[in-house]
This record gives sequence, structure tokens and C-alpha cells, in this order.
Amino acid sequence: MSKQEERVDVVIIGSGASGAAAAWSLAETRMKIVCLEQGEWTKPNEYPSTTRDWEARHFTEFSISPNRRARETDYPINERNSPIAVANFNGVGGGTILYNAHFPRFHPSDFRVQTLDGVADDWPIDYETLEPYYDENDRMMGVSGLSGDPAYPPKLDLMKPVPLGKTGQALGQGFNDLGWHWWPSDAAIATEPYDGRAEYINLSACTSGCAQGAKASTDITYWPHAIRAGVELRTRARVSQILVDENDMATGVVYFDEDGVERFQPAEVVLLACNGVGTPRVLLNSTSNRFPDGLANRNGLVGKNLMFHPYASIQGIFDRPLDGPNGPGVCIWSQEFYETDLSRGYVRGFTYEIGRGRGPVSTAYTGVFSGRIPWGEDHHQHYRSMVQRMTGMVAICEDLPEETNTVTIDDELVDSDGIPCPKIDYTLSENSLKMLDFSVERATEVLKTAGAYDILTESPIAGGGWHLMGTARMGNDPERSVVNEWGRSHDVKNLFVVDGSLFVTSAGVNPTRTIGALALYVADSMKKRLATLFD
Amino acid sequence: MNDNVIASEKFDSQLRRTLVALLDTMIPANDEFDAPSAGTDDIVSDVVQSMSGDAPTVVGEMLTRLNEKSSARFEDLDTTARWHAFTELQRTEGYALRTLSGVLLQCYYRNDQVLESLGMEARSPFPLGNEVEQGDWSLLDPVKARDPFYREV
Repeated sequence: MSKQEERVDVVIIGSGASGAAAAWSLAETRMKIVCLEQGEWTKPNEYPSTTRDWEARHFTEFSISPNRRARETDYPINERNSPIAVANFNGVGGGTILYNAHFPRFHPSDFRVQTLDGVADDWPIDYETLEPYYDENDRMMGVSGLSGDPAYPPKLDLMKPVPLGKTGQALGQGFNDLGWHWWPSDAAIATEPYDGRAEYINLSACTSGCAQGAKASTDITYWPHAIRAGVELRTRARVSQILVDENDMATGVVYFDEDGVERFQPAEVVLLACNGVGTPRVLLNSTSNRFPDGLANRNGLVGKNLMFHPYASIQGIFDRPLDGPNGPGVCIWSQEFYETDLSRGYVRGFTYEIGRGRGPVSTAYTGVFSGRIPWGEDHHQHYRSMVQRMTGMVAICEDLPEETNTVTIDDELVDSDGIPCPKIDYTLSENSLKMLDFSVERATEVLKTAGAYDILTESPIAGGGWHLMGTARMGNDPERSVVNEWGRSHDVKNLFVVDGSLFVTSAGVNPTRTIGALALYVADSMKKRLATLFD
Repeated sequence: MNDNVIASEKFDSQLRRTLVALLDTMIPANDEFDAPSAGTDDIVSDVVQSMSGDAPTVVGEMLTRLNEKSSARFEDLDTTARWHAFTELQRTEGYALRTLSGVLLQCYYRNDQVLESLGMEARSPFPLGNEVEQGDWSLLDPVKARDPFYREV
């Protein structure tokens, strides 16, 4: 028998990019809101960049892989049937704790892929619908960048861009020589004091957490505001299932607290904000007589259409020193090959995200394990030819939805509370493979033009499942989507999804800025319909 | 009992001497760069303390096999013979040598003397941060001159 908590108006499951934004937006209604987060707060003084072994800790307790990190607050994932492994973080702030803060928006064309290119489906909303929520999310997170990018419609003025450094200059010159587009990346990084946060100091460790607080993770952006506005954030609260009554209405959620005690949180409204793997996991674990195949899953689409972004890594070794790892992780981007050009042999496109360089340990790993740095007497000479001289880019390739790419529940795997865990079945499409190949060829061309004499590639990046999308997609047709055009379940009228699961297509950009905007849009749609929310 | 205590206990004084000689073979000192050998005391201690999981066992067993295969204990061989034995080790000990290599590179390239020999500061990134030049923003002028090219919908 579960211990019963006091009834609330809204329970939000997950405190990352979407849960934080939705909680903050809904707080102005004065409803009683509680957010259940399976992980904990991360203390800034515990981030790897505060210690000498910051590089090593990036591969252990702050690894992007939940299977490698294996904290008690993580859940294992069976990803043996996928060439791309899941990356996430389970704690207040979710994936924003470990993301790189590369912060592009979708393009207007990304919402109309069926109309423009005859593939997948159009979104039920468009860029203009989402634009004010992009702007609001930008204000809350704090975004740096430069206005006037010809690859995009005009955007709000931003904080000054992150520095080019030697790396950005070298690669920018290479793009110029080829006549290709590049631009300083929009970054969720404060380049000046912003909303009580300190400005960046080029820590070089964004992807293992920002001790300075310059990177916009939602634990330090949305959450302080949401908590001040009255939202309760309950950590170490891991949800096992959502319960429903005979009228197909959610009655609340069952969760385990830090001591493993099962509790029931009654609620008038349930919001899912666990992203593309966690959200279908909760729904598929929520079986009942009314929903034997999982909650909100009468059409069988929950967990289907999983999209990663297939990533290629293309790095060059130069004969002159660059910046090494110093700087924010983000630098410049190129969207020269973003829009569809069928002469390239595939449909849709990708963004190049140009990074900085590698630290001393990462350089050694790369050099030794790729056979470029030998053991013995010649070790030092070869190492010195690579350290501070490597830089390059990743290609973020648009992944198109396919029902055969899925999140299901594994037959055997459970977390530390005994809750069944996800299983990933994913295959790269021919379109993705051709796009990856093209991206590697063109990146090699620009790196050599910029002066690189040796190229290292990894395609796809095996551990690069940073972006988890599409598994509870939005749409107007209840037969082709899990939730409607404003995030409400077609089957359960007081159940909402606000995270990356909503995505109809993935675009060729990092999704976090769009996830935040979508969460604000869904929350605002709810506020506008409070009197008729369940009709 | 934590993994580090177990790792220390796995390497008795004899096995530790073999480990020191092997690490010195993998990364010897270099006077030109003022770079220390990986077999120096503080780096070896860091390697031993940093092994976790199955690393102490698989590395310890590899060191034992290394001694058994040679005409003498590895540390008693001359430099040329050590290199030959190490070359054979690379051919036969994939997993164990990769495990040791990973720990060694992590420890060697965070060592104060090594970082100083590379001209790097031996400190954590926070709180001082790093300097990065702004760069020449006029490089962007040709891109600014370009017409918008996103697809209108």
C-alpha cells in the first residue's frame, strides 16, 4: 500500500529543460504544483572542473552515459541493439547539466518537411507559433550570439558572442576560402553577468558541468524563479507509473522516495518531462485494464519513431598551436548544407558544430588509441605534435522518424527500485548513412583548406545519443500521434507531454532550445484553456 | 573495502618493480623536453591508486605472465630486451594492456612535472579559468554580405 501525499493541482515528472520551463510558466496560475525528480541537486563545487583530474571524471561519475555513470539515481538502458548509445543526466536540470550549450533554433522549414520535401510529417505548429516562446526561453536561459546570421530569420538581440579564439579564426578562414557559411554559435552561456549568474571564464569543461554558473542549466535558470513562485521540487522521487480511473483520467503518480518507500501523489493534471526515453518508459510501465499496452498508447505509437541525431566527428591536426580545450565548448557553426539539395544524394541536412580542442589526457587517448602516438622513445615528440593542435567539428544530421526505431521495456533490466527499464532498438537509415558520409567529406575538405595535415573521423559517434526525440509525437490526427497540437494526450485528457518526445521531426540542430520553447508553448496553451482544459 | 585499497594490495614489492619497469618502457624520460619517466614514484603511485574495477587483477596477471615469458624478470632485462618483451606484450595482451594504457595516460598527463614540461599550468580549470583571444571578427565580413538563404515556408 503506497503512502498517500496531499493532492496537488499539477504533478510534473522530471526537472530538466522542459520540466523546469513548464513549472516556471505554470507557477503564475497559483496552482499547487509539485515536480518529482529522480536525481538530486548537483553542487557546483563538485563539478570536475574544480579538481585536477577534471578530464578523467568526465569519463566516470560525470559520464554522459547512464550505464557507465551508474549512479543510484540513474536507470540502466539496454542499448545493445543500437549503434548509438544514449546520453543523459538524471538530476535537477536534467541533460542541461552536461550539455555543451550549443543553442540553435529550428528553421521555419523544419516544421514543414512533408510539404517541402515529401518525407515524414509536417508539425501541427509552425515556426511563427513557437517564435515568442523561443524568445521567452532565451530570456530565461540567457543566450549569447550575434544577430544577422543569413541562415536564420532575425532573432532577438543576444549577449555578445563567445570568442573566436585561434580555433575559430582558423576554421572561419577555411570556410571563407571555400565560400561556405559560418557564424558564431548561439550559446546558452552568459558572456556577461546575467540574472545573478557570473560570466564565462573559458573553463573548457561545459560537458561535465559548469562550476562558474555561466552555462545555462535549468537548475540555475528556471528553477530558482519557479521555487520562489511557489513550485515544490521534490528530489530522489522516482516515478514508477501513472494511475488512471475508469473515465480514462489520470489520478496521480506512484513513486519511490530516497528510502525506497512507495508513495502516491494524487494530482488533477500530470505533465511528463522525462524526454525521449524516460517519457515512453513511464507511459509503457503504466499498464492497466484501461490501457493494457501502456498509458496513452491505444494507437501503439508510444515509444515509436525514436530519433537520435546521427553525429559524425571530424577532427584535424594542425602544424601550429590553437586554443587546446580552452574556451567554452562551443565556438562557431556552419549551416552551408542545412537545407535539402537532392544532388547530394539524400534529403534534409545538417549543422556543423565547430568545437575547440582537447585537453592533455584526451589528446593522449586519441593519439595513442588511433596509433598516432607510439609508446617508447618517440612518444613525447609525437604527443607534442598533437597537443593543442587538434580541432574540428561534429555534424549534427537530421534523423527522420521511423516506427521501427523504438523505446520499449526490457524483459529483465530494472533500476535500483525494481522499476523495469528501457530497451532501445535503432537502425541508421540509408538516408542518414549518406548524409553522414557527405558531412565527413565536406568537413575533411574544410579542415584541409584551413591547414590540417591529418584527419581523424568517427561516424557515427557511437556514444553520441545526446538527443532523444519523437517517442510521444504531437499531431492533429489521433491515429498518427500520441498528443495533440498543444501537448495533451489524445487518450487521457489530463495528461500532457512537454519534452523532446513531442518532436515530429528532429531538424539538423541541437534540440534543447526548441524543447524549452515547446514546454513554454504547452504550458501557455494550458493556461489559456484552464476553464476547458479537459474538454 | 574500496577499489583503491584492493589495487594497492594487488601489487607487492616485486610486482611493483615490474610495473615500474614496464611504465618506464612505455613512456621513458626525455631530457630534451624535460619530461619525466612514467616509472617515477609519484606517477606509479597514482597509477596503482587509480586502478578500479577489474583493472588491478587483469594488470597484475599480465605482469606475472610478462615475467614468466622472459628469460629473466622484466625489470632485470636491458633496455633492448625490455622493448622486445613489450612489443610481444602488445601482440598478445590486448585487453589488459589497453586497461593499463588508459590509466597510465590519465595519470601521466595530469602530473605536475609533465604538465609543466608541456608549458601548461598544473591546476584545476576553476576558479581561475583560461584566456582565449577574441579573434579577428572581420573574418565574418564575407558571410555578413551574403543574402539570407534559409528556406521560406
